[in-house]
Formats: sequence, structure tokens, C-alpha cells
Amino acid sequence: MTTLSPEQQTSQRMTPDQIQAVPDPDGGPGEGRRRPWIFYTLLGFLTLVFIAPLFYMASTSFKTPEDAISTVPQWIPAHPTLQAYERVLNDPATPVGRWFLNSMVAATANSLLAVSTATLAGYSLARIPFKGRKVLFGLIVSTLFLPPVVLLVPNYLTLNYVGWLDTLLAVIVPGAAGAFGVFFMRQFFIGLPKELEESAFLDGASRWQSFYKILLPLARPAIATLLLLTFLTNWNDFLWPIYTLFSPEQQTLPAGLSTLQSANSVRYDLLMAGAMISAVPVLIIYAFTQRYIVEGIASAGMKE
Amino acid sequence: MTTTTTSVGAPTAPSGTEAWDEERAARKDTREGWLFCAPYLVLFVVFVIFPAVWGLWISLHRYDFTLPNKPFIGLENYTSLIDGSSPWASVFWESLRNTLLFSVLSVPLLLVLPLAIAMVLNQKFAGRNLFRAVYFAPYVLGVAVIAVLWRYLLDTNVGLLNYYLGRNIPWLTDVPEAWVSIVGVTVWWTLGFNCAIYLAALQGVPRSLYEAAAMDGANRWQEFRNVTLPGIRSVLVFIVSTTIISSMNMFGQSYLMTAGGPGNETRTAIMQISDTGLRQFDSGMGSAMSMIFMFFLLIISGSVFWLTNRDSDEKPKKKSKARATA
Repeated sequence: MTTLSPEQQTSQRMTPDQIQAVPDPDGGPGEGRRRPWIFYTLLGFLTLVFIAPLFYMASTSFKTPEDAISTVPQWIPAHPTLQAYERVLNDPATPVGRWFLNSMVAATANSLLAVSTATLAGYSLARIPFKGRKVLFGLIVSTLFLPPVVLLVPNYLTLNYVGWLDTLLAVIVPGAAGAFGVFFMRQFFIGLPKELEESAFLDGASRWQSFYKILLPLARPAIATLLLLTFLTNWNDFLWPIYTLFSPEQQTLPAGLSTLQSANSVRYDLLMAGAMISAVPVLIIYAFTQRYIVEGIASAGMKE
Repeated sequence: MTTTTTSVGAPTAPSGTEAWDEERAARKDTREGWLFCAPYLVLFVVFVIFPAVWGLWISLHRYDFTLPNKPFIGLENYTSLIDGSSPWASVFWESLRNTLLFSVLSVPLLLVLPLAIAMVLNQKFAGRNLFRAVYFAPYVLGVAVIAVLWRYLLDTNVGLLNYYLGRNIPWLTDVPEAWVSIVGVTVWWTLGFNCAIYLAALQGVPRSLYEAAAMDGANRWQEFRNVTLPGIRSVLVFIVSTTIISSMNMFGQSYLMTAGGPGNETRTAIMQISDTGLRQFDSGMGSAMSMIFMFFLLIISGSVFWLTNRDSDEKPKKKSKARATA
């Protein structure tokens, strides 16, 4: 065991440097390309186009009102201050803290309601051979093509009738009726092998037991992805809340930003602070889960 | 004793009760199937099916929910929009025209730019997932944040863009500048979405096809035309239709960045419908407008579907005919 034969030496694991040194047969942009610097300059420029506006939003939220509208852009605040945040969080006309809480409650409740009902229905439509299944699924999928604006006026009248206007229920419940979640979960359950459940049924498990104990644990990644997408959709929803929530203390962040903008149309320090309070939670979630979000959306596209 | 039924489900059951067992199992399946669907169906019926039908009914009335009388007026809401006698008519058609204009301007950009970026990201190089994540980031932010931010950056006097251009361009208060802004911001905001879908599709195109094309001496364009495009065809149809639909539904950018101005130049159909139906309380008219809007959307998606399917059907048909005669 003291010396290695030549054969053993070549089958040894390569160090990362060695791996990189191997020329890429597909012709990566670095080696072998005629002008790698153009490639990286282009990517760098694009990255700047996407990052710089967001950076400037963050920067302005820490500026004084005067610095925010200085004609020479300040990428770094000359007089860093938290006064914009203090002001928007304490102004009773624009209670941004309350909006944050409302958005949190609404998005959490809406995504839990939507995903739990969609998971049950998606499982049923994928796995239980019941009468009327095809017609029902056809009907649900066809509503994916219904423009949401068609439902706008009638749903508003329904909410008015049950007294949910200007309450968080208005942004929690109707949005959970969308067909996308059912479609998404059904596609997932159809992809699982049938044998998983068959053996459970032979052991005398009921439908519910087989669903709850066998399929549901396997569905965790799909459920997590759908929860994320639903949460983000509700958190960002704009059209519905601006028409159904009127009082300042009932609004969610996107609707509130619109109120904030009408109240302080050129106080960009306040507007950027408000925008930051809406954006940062989402960006934090995105930073940790971007792979699931991006791939969840990409897979939804591939399944069509 | 001969049984004609062949059941795999209950092999141990006595043959006489087999048919009965199967029927009972089917009934149990049906009961359980609907039971699992029930919670969703309650939401679905109350907030999708019922309002879809009710909306059509409302559109046949002079329907102001703050008034006790909501008389049935047949198709008058529709006819007064079409012949121009309704006070809403001109602004509604203008908003529809604006929406079409926005779609015509933004859809090509949202189809081509993300594909170009996805093809760059589809090559092997360090950190490409990071780039994908960066380009996608604006999309997770929602229209309110995006519009409030860009109204600042595009401000005529203190905006970043005019500072670096050294000009005083009225990006949000004049046309066509306002359209350039709205289209540009929309592309910036949603480009990552299409890009992510393209990239996933490109990764599914088999390498061997590219190798075969290279052996046949295909140049870059031929490779793109004959390998890449057919390889992502089904996804292309999806992207074309979702991009058209979301462009036609544009609302927040106009609402927050230009408030539909100058005049009504950037007012979109969704803005007009929600304003008529929910702010001016003319629900009957608002519903009629939404039905007309849906009609246009159906025509557009229908022709997209027809165009893309006509293309794809022809080639396989020829092939199968050739095979049949061979």
C-alpha cells in the first residue's frame, strides 16, 4: 500500500484546478471563444441594468428628502438617515407597518387555503377514477383561459353582499379559487407511480390513509413550490386590493404603495422606503428559494 | 361455472359477487373523488363559475348596485358601446386600442430578448445560475414596487435616466415617451420569467442534434432555425400565448406610472373596465366591456393557436402519408 500503480494514479480524483484545466469540448465562453471579453462585458452590463435600479431604491430610502431629489444622483446617501422609514411607519394616514402585517396575514392565509384545497383536488383528479372526473377537470382547466377581469365586477358584488369588502377576507378567499394550483398538483400526482398506493390498499389502507401517509410526504417539494408561488402572487397582487380595500388600516402593501404615492407624489425618500418594506421580504425569500421559484415556473411552462 | 368479468381489483372475491363488488368500488371511488374535490369546488363555484355566468347576466342590465332598480335592458350596453351612443364608448375603444398598441410593442421584445439571453445562459460557464437568478429578480417584486421605483428613475427633473442622458425627456408625461417607458419597464420587469422558461426548454434539446447539425456543416443561423426552434416549439407556443395574454391584461404600470395619461393616451382596457364597473358603479356597462374584451382576447388567442398548429400539423401529416404509401 505504499506505492500507487500508474493505473491507480490516473483513476484518482482530480482536484478542482485540474477539472477546470480540461478544455471544454462544447466551447465554453472562456477558452476557445474568439472574444470572451465581449461575452463577459455583455453579461456584466445586463447584470448592472437589473441590479442598479434596485440598489438605487435601497440607497434613496436612506436619504434625506433633499438628497432624494438632488439633481446629481447619489449612489451612496450623503447624509444617511432612517427618517424616511420613521416617517412612513408612524404616519397614521399611511400605516406601512400595518400594511406589512396585513400583507403577511393575507398572503399566508391565502396560500394555505389555496394550496390545501388544490392538493386535495389535484390528488383526486389524478388518482381517483371517479364518475365525471374528465368533465370536471376539463371545466377547471378551461377557466385558466378566462380573463380575470370578467370576474371582477360580479365578485366585487358578491363581497359587497356578504360584507367582506374592506376586510382582509376580500384578498384571502376569492383568490384561492384559481385553477392553476389544481392543475399544478394534478400534474405532480399523475407523475408518481401507481404501485405506491396499490400496495397500501392491499394492506387495507383507506383512501385517506394512503393519501395522507404515502403520497402527501412525497408531494412535499411540489407543495412547497406551489406555496411559494401562491404566497408571492398574493403578496404582489395589486388590482384586486386597490378596489376592495378602502380604509388605510385595511390595505395590503401594494395597494398601500398606491396610497402612499398619491399622498406624497414627489417625496421619493418616503416612496422608496415604502417600496423597500414591500420588496425586502420577497427578496429574502427569493434569495433562499430562487431555484424552486424559477424551476417551478419553468416546469409549469414545460407542462403545457 | 364461467365468469365473463375479469377483475384484477379483487382476485380473492367469490365470483358471484364480483360484479357487485366492482360496482360498489366504483361508487366508493365516485363518492371519495368528489369528496376530495369538495373544498376546492366550493371556492371554484362561488368565485369562478357563478360570477362568470352572473357577469353575463349583469351585462344585460342597467346595473348600479347602489340603486334599488336594476332594469333589464337586453343588449343595450353592448349596442350603445358599438354604435358610439354610450358616453363610455369613445374612452372604452380608445383604451382597447391602447392595450393593443402596448401588446404589439411589448410582445415581440418579450419573445426575442429573453430567448437571446437564454441562449447565452445555455452555454457552460461559471456562475450562469447566478445570472439567471439576477435577471429573474425583478419579476418576484410585483408591479407596485416596480412602478413606484421607475416613476422615480424616470422623473423628468430628478430622475437617474435623464441625468445620464443629459436631457429633459418627459418620460411619463408625454407620448410616445410614456409608451417607451411603460414598454421598457415591463420588459425589464418580466423578461426573467420568459427567460427561465426558455432556458429550461433549451436544456431539453438533445446535444446530439447539435452535433449532427455541425457534422452536416450547418452554420449558426441554420442550426438555430432547424435545431433550436423546433426543439423548443411547444414551449414557444406557451410563451407566445401567456405573453400576449399578460400584455393584454396590463394595468398596474399605467395606473401607477402615468395614471393613464397624458389625457387617456396610456389608459388600458383593464383600467377602463374596473373604473367603469367599480368606481363609477356602472356594473352593467363594466360587465359588458369585460365581455367585449374577452371576445377580443379569444379571437387573438384563437388565431395564435390556429397559426402555430397549422404550421406543426403540415409536416407530420406529409411524413405519415409517405410512411403509409411506403
